[in-house]
Amino acid sequence: MEDIIGHLLGGFAEALHPINLFMLIVGCALGLLIGALPGLGSVNGVAILLPLTFLVPPNAAIIFLAAIYYGAMYGGAISSITLGIPGASTAVATVFDGRPLATQGKADTALVTAATASFIGGTLSVILFTLFAPPLAKFALRFGPPEEFALMMLAFATFVGLGSDDIPKTIFSILIGLVLATIGLDIISGRPRLIFFELPGFMHGINFLVLAIGIYGIGEMLWTLEQTGGNVVVHKVKTTLASVWQNMLGFRKFFGITSLSGLLGYFVGMLPAAGATPASLMAYGLTKTFAKDSDSFGKGNPAGVAAPESANNAASTGSMLPMITLGIPGSPTTAILLGGMIIWGLRPGPLLFTEHPDFVWGLIGSLYIANIFSLIINLAFIPLFVRVLTMPFTILAPVIFTLCIVGGYAPTQTMHDLWLMLIFGVVGYLLRKLDYPVAPAVLAIVLGPIAEPAMRQSLLLSQGDPTIFFSRPISGLIMVVAIVLILLPLVKLFRGRSKRSEATA
Amino acid sequence: MTVRTAEIVMAVLMAALSIAFMVKAAELNIGWVKDRGPGAGAWPFWLASGMLICCLFTIVRWFTRATPESRSTDVFIPSTALTMIGLTVLALALLLILTQWVGIYFGLMAFLIFYIRFMGGHGWLMTLAITLATVVIVFCLFEWALTISLPKGISEPLFYPIYDLIY
Repeated sequence: MEDIIGHLLGGFAEALHPINLFMLIVGCALGLLIGALPGLGSVNGVAILLPLTFLVPPNAAIIFLAAIYYGAMYGGAISSITLGIPGASTAVATVFDGRPLATQGKADTALVTAATASFIGGTLSVILFTLFAPPLAKFALRFGPPEEFALMMLAFATFVGLGSDDIPKTIFSILIGLVLATIGLDIISGRPRLIFFELPGFMHGINFLVLAIGIYGIGEMLWTLEQTGGNVVVHKVKTTLASVWQNMLGFRKFFGITSLSGLLGYFVGMLPAAGATPASLMAYGLTKTFAKDSDSFGKGNPAGVAAPESANNAASTGSMLPMITLGIPGSPTTAILLGGMIIWGLRPGPLLFTEHPDFVWGLIGSLYIANIFSLIINLAFIPLFVRVLTMPFTILAPVIFTLCIVGGYAPTQTMHDLWLMLIFGVVGYLLRKLDYPVAPAVLAIVLGPIAEPAMRQSLLLSQGDPTIFFSRPISGLIMVVAIVLILLPLVKLFRGRSKRSEATA
Repeated sequence: MTVRTAEIVMAVLMAALSIAFMVKAAELNIGWVKDRGPGAGAWPFWLASGMLICCLFTIVRWFTRATPESRSTDVFIPSTALTMIGLTVLALALLLILTQWVGIYFGLMAFLIFYIRFMGGHGWLMTLAITLATVVIVFCLFEWALTISLPKGISEPLFYPIYDLIY
């Protein structure tokens, strides 16, 4: 425990280093803006802006991206409340009660409640993160290639077992991500693989950013263009220092709900398939179910804003836990962060704590500070953010496309990758329209280059005997859980069928 | 095109892509190499076969009308959105062609002016202000701060004086 406090103090010192603090504040502000803009969420912001972080050292870069992640979770609420359109999918549940509050002229109550709840959920989850991460990393030090592979299987299995999407389409998305990751030189045999049409551009492989920016940058903008048609209506918000203070005092009665939602969000956020969106929906549902005045939900109950906002912030911290300690991202956004860490020459996983303690603890320290700054910037600049939301989409869209194109060029500097990115964007948009989930593919292209060697090394260890994944206690346990998760939907399917046949009989 | 038609077209295209991956992977060793473990082609080959199986499932369920998409007779992309999305994709493709030919900066200017002025219907002042600001910021950020040289095509000589200034 004393160890943790010592490290944490060091982390604060690292995070308060001028360049890191500067990046943190810029990240929070940009994150708030990105979160508030309809159609853009943390994952889009992190994917599009990652190439720009090559400017600064890795510590500052991860702090910047984590601050964007956090800020976006705060910012999503702004457009949910003032526009009635969720700024990001993670703020969908905030619309249910935030929008009615705004139409009743109480947008300021909703906004202040959302920001305060985000702060409590965020801070609570960072404390949990600080306590959980070091022991988990220590435990994970014992992992060998079979355990690593088993963990990745588990990550993918959660999409099949817990995801709400069509099962064959989900598995397809995972597999295509893994196959795309194999293009280029095989690191074990040194042979070129899947070089289509002998194009030299495929030799260096497909950088995960090409897929991530394609899907979350270009594809997402096409999606938003279709959904909004470029027109939005903003609700007026008047805030004064006095009203902010009044609303914060009024927040006291939601403290319990907010803390519980934060806890829930943290644990749900750790699962790769779940994350912030389901966490916030679950928190909203549970709060409504157990509330004495459950009828008032959906008609402008501030508790219905507090619960999901606390949960989505907590979930974003939760999703970082497996990424930092095990090297398995808990969300698409952390998958992109993980890919970034690999570019910066850091291998996420248990060794990070022993080999780069300043990096890990700097990040953890920055999370505490990012919460404080997100709260302050959010409360102070609400009118400004609302003004930005009125910016026409036909101005925003081309600027974001520009960022996608130059950002997609930066990592590998080939035109080949830009064309691929455009293709991924268009195909990703079409696939998404047909209910293919795209997040598993992004997770898979990041994890693929780690999963394949882990599997091949494991099989070498066992001379080709695949039972190695089950005979080692830890990997065996993880594999069993993974298999149960994969079989779960099948069981549901059969039970659903038998029920239906009983009903018709 | 209805959602139902789009569903089968996409499933067949993705099945074809899976087969292409399998054929390409099969050019390498997809079996066991003694003392070296699985061959280079094994992992992609078996994953691609998994992709194919998933697509076949989708195709079978299209015939049995088991998924919501296979039952939906809604229009896949409504015509108003189709124009906007079609023009956007076309403009992006043109931007890439222009980038290869006259360089990214002139390409971006053309793209931004087209999008803001003609698709967005904003005034010339707004259009030019945002266009110039975007291009200048991109230049400073990438060429100057990150020292990543973006493609300039035939417009390269125009940048020599600026290079002398910043490097």
